[in-house]
Amino acid sequence: MSELLSPNTLEAVFALFGLVAVGAAVLVVTTRHLVHAALWLVVALGAVAGCFLLMSAEFVAWMQVLIYLGAVVVIVLFGFMLTRAPIGPSDDLTTQNRWAALLVAFSASAALIVLLVGGFAGTTLDLSDPTPTDAAMIGGSIFRYWVLPFEALSVLLLAALIGAIAISRLRSREV
Amino acid sequence: MHALYPLILSALLFGIGIYGVLARRNAILVLMSVELMLNAANIALVAFDVMLKDAAHAGQSLTVFVITIAAAEIGLGLAIVLLIFRQRATIAVDAMHDLGEHTPQRLTEGTHP
Repeated sequence: MSELLSPNTLEAVFALFGLVAVGAAVLVVTTRHLVHAALWLVVALGAVAGCFLLMSAEFVAWMQVLIYLGAVVVIVLFGFMLTRAPIGPSDDLTTQNRWAALLVAFSASAALIVLLVGGFAGTTLDLSDPTPTDAAMIGGSIFRYWVLPFEALSVLLLAALIGAIAISRLRSREV
Repeated sequence: MHALYPLILSALLFGIGIYGVLARRNAILVLMSVELMLNAANIALVAFDVMLKDAAHAGQSLTVFVITIAAAEIGLGLAIVLLIFRQRATIAVDAMHDLGEHTPQRLTEGTHP
């Protein structure tokens, strides 16, 4: 990263990606079109992947693109289709407790920001090392230090797979 | 790069996700907001990994684990949502009050059978 972008340019590009992510995320939770919400989710998650790349986390960024943009959004769109979501705008997508939700969200964000500014105000990320964290480094780290969580996660994925199949095979009268 | 850029981005995305989870009525939109909150946690994890220069890459390994768990969660969550839709013909989360202590007065009009 360092030979491509100077530190100030890096911060500016990161702020740009962050603004895109926050704006698209706001549209995800406020838009009145169901399908548009899924497409804005693509923009938000793609901008987050760009942020990962700027922080030299190459493998995580491509995992984000493959799994979130490739799989999760497609599954969400399938869910919209199978629940017969309307194509046009829907007026009843937000419940009447939106102001309480806004208050909770605002205070949670404000508390987190105050905490983070207080704790990390002078800290900088040293991105001068030009080698990004690629698949070989993450793979070596996972299979050297994180084998037990990895195996537990594979069992969890298998359980989720079997559970999803079992739930989908239930008929309505059996529930 | 200053460490506050990714950390504040993560705090903002987390707040937006909280708003979506609490305020949205469609269950699939709630699941999407949960994905936003998980992404906020991922940004913080990667930022701390780069900040601490961890030799074991704990932050980025945990991020990969979180992405995997999120994929499992959305698959299972959508299976449950589709089952509820087949049973009740609605996925409005405020129409699911069978386990509540009292029936709320205001329902979504025309969505509950």
